[in-house]
Amino acid sequence: MSTQQRSGVGPPRGRLRRIGAWLDQPKVLAWLMLGPAVLYVIAFVGFPFLLAIALSMSDATIGDPSLDTFVGLDNFKAVIQTDAFKLALRNSLIVTAGTLGLVLVLATLASELLVHAFRGKRLFQMIFILPWALPVSLTAIVWMWFLDSTFSPVDWVLVKLNLLGPGGVWGPFKHMYFLGNEWLGLASVIVTDTWRMLPLATIIVLAARMSIPEERFEQARVDGAGVFRILFRITLPALKPMLIVAILFTGLLVIGEMSLVQLLTRGGPGHSTQVLPYWAYLKGIQGGSLAQGAAITLFLFPFLLVASVLALRAAYRSQEA
Amino acid sequence: MLRKIGFYCGIGFLTLFSIVPLLWALITVFKRNSDMYSVGTVPFFYNEPPTLEHVVFLFTESNFGLFLQNSAIVGIFVVLITMVLSIPAAFSLARLTGSWGERSGMAIFLVYLIPPSLLFIPMYQIVVWLGIANTIWSLVIVLPTITVPFCTWLLLGFFRSVPRSLDEAAMLDGCGQFTTFYRVLLPQVWPGVGACAVFAFSLSLGNYIYAATFITRSAARTLSAGVPTELIRGDVFFWPELMAATLVVAIPLAIVYGLFFNYLVGGFKNAT
Amino acid sequence: MTVLTLRALEKHYGSIKAVDHVDLQLESGEFMAILGPSGSGKSTLMRLVAGLEPPTSGDIIVDGQSVVNVPPQHRNVAMVFQSFALYPHMTVRDNILFPLVSRKVPKQEHEARLQKATSMLGVENLLDRRPSRLSGGQQQRVALARALVRDPELFVFDEPLSALDAQIRSRARAELRELHDQTRITTLYVTHDQVEAMGLADRVAVINEGRLHQVGTPQELYNDPADLFVAGFIGNPPMNLIPLDETMVAGLRPEHMLVDPEEDVPDLLIDLAVTIEHIEYLGSEWLAHGQARAVTSNGQQLHVIARLPASAHPGLVSGQECRMVGQRKDVCLFDRASGKRQVQAEVPA
Repeated sequence: MSTQQRSGVGPPRGRLRRIGAWLDQPKVLAWLMLGPAVLYVIAFVGFPFLLAIALSMSDATIGDPSLDTFVGLDNFKAVIQTDAFKLALRNSLIVTAGTLGLVLVLATLASELLVHAFRGKRLFQMIFILPWALPVSLTAIVWMWFLDSTFSPVDWVLVKLNLLGPGGVWGPFKHMYFLGNEWLGLASVIVTDTWRMLPLATIIVLAARMSIPEERFEQARVDGAGVFRILFRITLPALKPMLIVAILFTGLLVIGEMSLVQLLTRGGPGHSTQVLPYWAYLKGIQGGSLAQGAAITLFLFPFLLVASVLALRAAYRSQEA
Repeated sequence: MLRKIGFYCGIGFLTLFSIVPLLWALITVFKRNSDMYSVGTVPFFYNEPPTLEHVVFLFTESNFGLFLQNSAIVGIFVVLITMVLSIPAAFSLARLTGSWGERSGMAIFLVYLIPPSLLFIPMYQIVVWLGIANTIWSLVIVLPTITVPFCTWLLLGFFRSVPRSLDEAAMLDGCGQFTTFYRVLLPQVWPGVGACAVFAFSLSLGNYIYAATFITRSAARTLSAGVPTELIRGDVFFWPELMAATLVVAIPLAIVYGLFFNYLVGGFKNAT
Repeated sequence: MTVLTLRALEKHYGSIKAVDHVDLQLESGEFMAILGPSGSGKSTLMRLVAGLEPPTSGDIIVDGQSVVNVPPQHRNVAMVFQSFALYPHMTVRDNILFPLVSRKVPKQEHEARLQKATSMLGVENLLDRRPSRLSGGQQQRVALARALVRDPELFVFDEPLSALDAQIRSRARAELRELHDQTRITTLYVTHDQVEAMGLADRVAVINEGRLHQVGTPQELYNDPADLFVAGFIGNPPMNLIPLDETMVAGLRPEHMLVDPEEDVPDLLIDLAVTIEHIEYLGSEWLAHGQARAVTSNGQQLHVIARLPASAHPGLVSGQECRMVGQRKDVCLFDRASGKRQVQAEVPA
């Protein structure tokens, strides 16, 4: 090759260039690029989190939000003793556990189907992802109408099937009143939560399912394993890390959501279908007691933290194995 | 053969599970009130001629158009802020910060663990202090707390899946750290950025707790908090309007998300 | 003129010395291969030269200037990666032009340089394709063109043939040498394949466990290995290493190992009673593998190999007893403790 000038050899000259080169060092650039996100998270997650702790140990109200009085754990003690809190805690756990169970089974099934090619897959994907396209509150409204006390089409079908109504197997009434009773209400919340979480959970599980090499299934089939043996001995162990990720995502979104209960059952009858975030909202924002509301929201945090760390470590470990 | 039947039974079941409540909503949208509230008729049929009056009402007599607009503005700003913060952060963690950056996946996840249900009360105070309560800017500022950790975590996986020899080739070809990032690495992770944008938009659209807490002025509300408060007045439910609002949001988004489906799956493929 | 000098170069990872006190000089226009088994430190050495990693100590001098503190983008070193590392989002044209654009070479030069590099490598008709649409051989040529286009001071190759199919590898090897003869760009070529190293390079540097064992022409390495490692590494099959006594080891190439000689061979140094284990037919030659009895002091058996021309059917079968001998003139002697070559050693009779 000809002997042209060799541009760019050696350290850059000129002041601007030097500043540029200084900024371009890995250590400097690392902080320049990471810094904004870290500052944002400190300001809008770290600070409010500390504020939540401070609030929960004060007597702040919406009318007097100052943090001048320190009351220790009084708010926690006061909150924990109420029946509404106990019911809310119980229901939050029931709803989260029930939803996770249903979602995991259905997401595994759906990923097993979606990993194959079939006619109309695009259309199926669009229908399947529909529930996820809705804001939660609109989901709640759809299901509220679907399970309406008087006009629910489910009731109408049950009556036609002779399961409801005079002479029906489930009693003489023409309506189930899905949202007007403790256990059916909780079940309705679980089904609605499952409906809205299924697409996201499936996307996560499917990502793991697609990275299992096809040879492994072929090998298992050659070795004489049946459908269920393959599912339990090959598929599920390989999915485990991502199933844990799916549990974390789904669980956090379910346990922190209040609008489903707020709209579907309003926590009633009484507080029988109350959940923690809605109870915190009622106490803290509607009722004006910021301190007690913060105490309610903080109550679960240590448990969530421990459970999540354990789950994540299990996920990383089973992935390395 | 048996496998095939089982397969299509599964598809059929999931299709019905996803669509039936929305089909019911779709039927309701065009029903006259007298038809909708009549007992004794088949609820799935139009016993009286269908009508557009509820759709017209939704767009002309309610703030729904404003909610749509607000949600779109909030969504777009949240996506932009999220990308501006999380793309460089993910690159930095994947390539520049050395060994502790590589182990940061879990730490980011822990930030994501502090959920809105825990922060909404102090966050309300902060929003009041900042003087942006009752405006959509409160959501624009606060919603990235959900999307930034999530998208950084996803993008970290994408950056890590790009072979390092590509960076090294770029440096030997004369690029500095930053030029390597935007000329060579960024183009490799565009699919991930797309998936993250969809996730961020959907998370911002879906959030209710902040939207309901920060904004009480109807005209400033977004879909998630606006529709229930505007179209449920005390004990009066505007059912067909509510259903129409739902479908107007759901159908276009489902088509977009459906087209992105494989990218969304790909987004999680590199995640852990 | 010396283009590259490595002076007491060291790279440590914790307590591991990946590169251990390496001194090396490359003359202008020279093609040097760095040859070593995997994990020998040859890739680390190459990455130090390219500037992808900072050395722990020592100096790297290019054209008389130390470049230890110069980042890779300001060194004029071009590298061809094992994976070729083509940019998937750019066409072949943009890939090849990328070094010129990044280094802000004036635009009017681009087309001429592109033309020159692509015609030299015969990739002119691939310019608008994406790397994913190229075969392995084509990718390798594009990677070469990208390295060539900016007129580098030094070429660094990281096993650039190992990703290619066996059939095209030998042709690619020949082309690589032709390219070097045309351009005379000083080249550092890292490989674990001695056929590549011996066939391509003017000089070969043998490295193991971070240390340079010998630097020399392929002939020097083959005929005069500097120590036991080089003797046991170079050649396929390598030298027979036969302990003579407590202090000496004799090295004898398989082709110098004579099997059942009919006439008297003068000046014998090696004389072994061997049981044949198996015979390999390689087309142009035979290899006779055998087990020599009772040669080492601790009574260990010794594996020996003799190479026989294809024309002479050896008539050997496994299990057969035979005699294998070697002449003093063909033997290299090594000190057993240090492993070093002993040129003027007293040989026990």
